[in-house]
Amino acid sequence: MDKIRTIESTAVFVPVDNIDTDQIIPARFLKTTVREGFGEKLFYDWRFNPDGSPARDNPLEGQKGVILVAGNNFGCGSSREHAAWALHDAGFKAVVSSSFADIFRNNALNNCLLPVKVSEAYLERLSDVLRTAPDTVLKIDLGAQTISAAGAGEEKFEINGYKKECLMKGYSDIDYLLSDKDAILEYEAGHRPN
Amino acid sequence: MGKTLFDKIWENHVVKHIPDGPDVLYIDRHLVHEVTSPQAFSALKARGLKVFRPEKTFATCDHNTPTIDQDKPIADESSRRAVEQLAANTAENGITYFPLGDPGNGIVHVIGPEQGIVLCGQTVVCGDSHTATHGAFGNIAFGIGTSEVEMVMATQCLLQSKPKQARITVNGRLAPDVTPKDVILYIISRLGTDGCTGCFVEYAGEVFRDMSMEGRMTVCNMSIEMGAKGGMVAPDSKTFEYVAGRRFAPEGAALQECISRWSALKTDEDAVFDKEYVFDAADIRPMVTYGTNPGMGVPVDGTIPESAVGCDAATFDKALSYMGFHKGEAMSGKKVDYVFVGSCTNGRIEDFRAFASALKGRRKADGVTVWLVPGSKSVEARIEEEGIGDILRGAGFEIRQPGCSACLAMNADKIPEGKYAVSTSNRNFEGRQGYGSRTILAGPLVAAEAAVTGCLGIPAGY
Repeated sequence: MDKIRTIESTAVFVPVDNIDTDQIIPARFLKTTVREGFGEKLFYDWRFNPDGSPARDNPLEGQKGVILVAGNNFGCGSSREHAAWALHDAGFKAVVSSSFADIFRNNALNNCLLPVKVSEAYLERLSDVLRTAPDTVLKIDLGAQTISAAGAGEEKFEINGYKKECLMKGYSDIDYLLSDKDAILEYEAGHRPN
Repeated sequence: MGKTLFDKIWENHVVKHIPDGPDVLYIDRHLVHEVTSPQAFSALKARGLKVFRPEKTFATCDHNTPTIDQDKPIADESSRRAVEQLAANTAENGITYFPLGDPGNGIVHVIGPEQGIVLCGQTVVCGDSHTATHGAFGNIAFGIGTSEVEMVMATQCLLQSKPKQARITVNGRLAPDVTPKDVILYIISRLGTDGCTGCFVEYAGEVFRDMSMEGRMTVCNMSIEMGAKGGMVAPDSKTFEYVAGRRFAPEGAALQECISRWSALKTDEDAVFDKEYVFDAADIRPMVTYGTNPGMGVPVDGTIPESAVGCDAATFDKALSYMGFHKGEAMSGKKVDYVFVGSCTNGRIEDFRAFASALKGRRKADGVTVWLVPGSKSVEARIEEEGIGDILRGAGFEIRQPGCSACLAMNADKIPEGKYAVSTSNRNFEGRQGYGSRTILAGPLVAAEAAVTGCLGIPAGY
């Protein structure tokens, strides 16, 4: 697994609330049985017309960066981890929003894609900055749990200590669980099968 | 301080607590389908592991499957490969699998309860957000991603932080034309599409006590559409009656022993929730959605509002423009092109009974394409046994074969660009039912009215 310490980048700014995982990766691309190759399908129906030609009002057009800044309630809907794979595969390292859907949040964390939950007020300030100065560089420091940008200031964000250590050291949940098989067997022995 | 139903089940499943981190949570049932499992099986194999507790794991194919000609090979090559992969993976790991055409096959959240796989007081997961359905039996049931599917396969456990808890109480009695789907669409329209993010919900009050098990499943199913991790209803005699006699359920003395334990599964009177919401059944009308998230709902005889909870002005306007609708317009009378009845939300026998009963001697409207898709082989069989099939065919309808179908249009059942579909499914997202499709979510009675009139309207004759 990758590791995260600090992320410094311009932002890809998509100020839309409730971006669901069907927008991030449409269901018709989920027929494959591998994890790779989803990056080119990211936000596909925003970027392309049905005939494959580039869409006229693609909100991502011309934007570059590894930090996605989106509206409230990012990643709602389907549990498809393909959404996190697509963002990661397309090079994103963090998503900033004032709220994340629970399943997407876990999927992101399991793929070294950092969900940075900021206050609505901070997201508003950051959005104002990105509207007028789209080349503004954002800095995310996982160790200090801060996000900052010129003009928007700095804000602390929450992450539990266990997950933070996993991301900084490149550990994964499954390795943790497999290393603790004895506790699981002990639980099973002490509980009636349900 | 008392405990909630959720607290009691959660605590019974904690293997250990990680300081400043999540709990290791034991999982009783793992449901698997072909879309979110192949990468987990491959990763497991790459580690040299097999599924740790195959007897707690059950699999079906539903998303990629066609709803006609199921006896023939699946025409779409990648869909066929995905389904074949699941058959191979389950065989290799000794997992019970219900292949296409098997009497046990169907949508994962329809067959789980129907086969008695899902019981009460359990932790139930599936790589599918509508796993919340199984909360109807008093379970902690929630959707997970594929990395988590791999964790459950490898260890029968997950790392989970305990969520906050909300209780949604609906008092009173529902009008005869109001279905469980209308209840949950009403709740989501009031709380917004992220109104319960970070929370697990318990549904309480007279409306849910009076509701059938299938109705409770419809309600719990859509908990995720307001951001909730899951939703649950305390089990009662109706729950136990539903479970008894099902294929994988305990029998005889073992069942009685379970029922005596399950009877204790309720929230203590002095338990405190993080959030409490109370609604009145008298305020709930047959509902439809007008926008591109399930929170954008109004009564079918209502008008499109100026704004929606949890939706900023730009997002709201974008949704209306996608739908081709305008603020202040009446929903009633709007023409529809397609009607889809099915999905893990409304693909059970009660939904087809409701649809058939709402026809009231009328025939399918010309110019409307109607897809009636049973949630499972068992539902398909019941439709015929109860004579509903004859009524439907006599009224000009065709019944298709079971699967997820047009709910997410992974198979050939796609709504064409720009067309309006009244759908008993769970999501009206942009493009969900096919590129450019315009979805209007509703319950089976409103769907029937649209199927016979070609327009949105209050179900006639109630």
